[in-house]
Amino acid sequence: MNYYLKRTAQIPLTILAVATLTFGLIRLLPGGPFTQLRLELLQQGIPADQVDARIETLQNIRPDAPLWQQYLDYLIGITQLDFGQSISLNQPVAEVVAQALPWTVFLVVVSTVLMFIIGVLIGALQAYWEGSKFDQITSGGSIFLMSVPYYIFAVIFLFVLGYQLSLFPTGNAVARGVENTVSLAYISSVLHHAALPIIAFTISGIGSTALNMRGNGIQVLGEEYVEVARLRGLSNNRIATRYVARNAILPMYTSLLLLIGFRLGGTVVLEEIFSYPGLGNYMIQAVKANDYPLMMGCFLVITTTLVVAVYIADLTYGLIDPRISAGDSDEY
Amino acid sequence: MSTERDTPSEGIDWRSETTDIEMSRRDQLRELYEQKLYAPAVVAWSDRRTRLGIFILSVYVFMAIVEVFGLWRDPSPNQAERFIRPFENLQYPLGTTQSGIDLLALIIESTPFILLMVLTGGVWATSLAVMVGTISGYKGGTVDTVITSISDFFMAIPGLPLVIVLAIALSPENPILLGIVLTINYWAGLGRSIRSQVLSIRQQDYIEASRTMGTGTGRIIRKDILPNIMPYVMVNFVLAARYTIFASVGLYFIGVLPYSGQNWGVTLNNAYHQGGLFTMQAFHWLLVPIIAIVGLAFGLILVSQGMDRIFNPRVRTRMTGESESETVTEDETSTTEML
Repeated sequence: MNYYLKRTAQIPLTILAVATLTFGLIRLLPGGPFTQLRLELLQQGIPADQVDARIETLQNIRPDAPLWQQYLDYLIGITQLDFGQSISLNQPVAEVVAQALPWTVFLVVVSTVLMFIIGVLIGALQAYWEGSKFDQITSGGSIFLMSVPYYIFAVIFLFVLGYQLSLFPTGNAVARGVENTVSLAYISSVLHHAALPIIAFTISGIGSTALNMRGNGIQVLGEEYVEVARLRGLSNNRIATRYVARNAILPMYTSLLLLIGFRLGGTVVLEEIFSYPGLGNYMIQAVKANDYPLMMGCFLVITTTLVVAVYIADLTYGLIDPRISAGDSDEY
Repeated sequence: MSTERDTPSEGIDWRSETTDIEMSRRDQLRELYEQKLYAPAVVAWSDRRTRLGIFILSVYVFMAIVEVFGLWRDPSPNQAERFIRPFENLQYPLGTTQSGIDLLALIIESTPFILLMVLTGGVWATSLAVMVGTISGYKGGTVDTVITSISDFFMAIPGLPLVIVLAIALSPENPILLGIVLTINYWAGLGRSIRSQVLSIRQQDYIEASRTMGTGTGRIIRKDILPNIMPYVMVNFVLAARYTIFASVGLYFIGVLPYSGQNWGVTLNNAYHQGGLFTMQAFHWLLVPIIAIVGLAFGLILVSQGMDRIFNPRVRTRMTGESESETVTEDETSTTEML
């Protein structure tokens, strides 16, 4: 079957599987969220059918219906983008999530692209000048960067640049009172607020990207085809971009797919530190407020975002490396 | 296409090593020690990064031992004055917190917990990934398709949010359970990259040879494939361990994991929320847990960088050949073995 067709058909299947998992977590785990909520409400002396009705409005789940019916109701709700009602914010989960999603995507995309470009450039220079002073210093620096988690950078930046020097805002995505229009004031306010989270998230990823690129670069530089290209008298620029860079970056592209997942999950901590109004921040707030519909809604949407992001990355990977669409391997 | 497989070989066992019969049990043990412990240790020690890394890690192990045997005081409020700065009073070398708790005691108290959790996370994630990756990469076909789709599903779920939801359902306070929950889907991505390595290894001639000889799948994976991917696996073990620390401290820090005692993440959280951010007076309260976390991760990464050399057979043979403590007879046994 065509690779792209197969890959596209996978998306709804994965989302269905994830939705099943969320449903299972909501309903089936012992002591799971809704059993707890139901008990709490019953203990407050609210009659059982009223409690059931309330839970139904919250999550499209009728606690007294058979399991398969609850499951179907839940899935139908999701296809209609109905994730239930947030308890703590008292507004539909879908609305909250729709507001939060763009901010999270903005943070992850900008910081991941920056991290990749800077890391690849540093790594390429290291490979080119292998063994030089520059290589030694940056290698040491990369190892150090790898051992500092991004939230430590976030906390230190917030402490020094946010609170002590007051150079950057310490919360929110836009300053209060700036209108949501495409204007210079709005854009600069957004960038000002996003600067610290993006820098913290970018810096911590540079180390491992640079080290990877350095290793790949050194390996590719030793290949025979690079030697042959030199002997053919090709220009240095052409060798560097067409022969070395392309082959060294390719293996990193696959790990980039994985990285997107880690980084998307990482926004949970990052956004909480900067009080940035993204999905992760809402999810933590929901956890703290026992707001299970909002929590599961955020979880489902973060996961769906990841599925789509990996899909897009996968399609572009097929453009770069034609081998990917080759058929399955023999069975041993 | 599949070749004949898993047939028990009859008569002469082509795979048996002659040394097995000729050597006494004691010699065998000694050789095992030379091969598996002494030689790698020599190689590892020759690398500056490994030396530094092992030194750092042993500091943490030492702290864990101190805690297990109760050699340092337990942390408790008002055991000292508030906000003693580090190195100001040698009785409290790292200073104290807002409520007068000895910071060094806080750090030491949770070291065994953290080490156990990190070890569990690393072992669980890597061993599962190795199993999944080698089997699906080597077997191919239907087995591969099934395993790949399952790990695709787990890869589609971002780690931390899933851990948060699971933590609510399971409330893991036991370090071993916590280590497993934290890396609950870490194996999927690692398994995929191991699979792609195995895919290129399985085309090699010697694997083809083993297969035509009728060697079983398990033996081929263990003897022919695993040694090839071992360096990669060890490096990724360290990365998984690092991920476990980062994830746990991060989640403790934002306060979504259940805890009974304080640990590095909780200390960081307290420092952050109780004024550590606003005044320089309390900055050391924020800094001490940060140094504890970064130090452990730094030690692990240094060891992983040096580890490459242990598992690279070419480097290893050269190193042991150079060391003069080895006698001639031992050299002979090792050459016969190589033939």
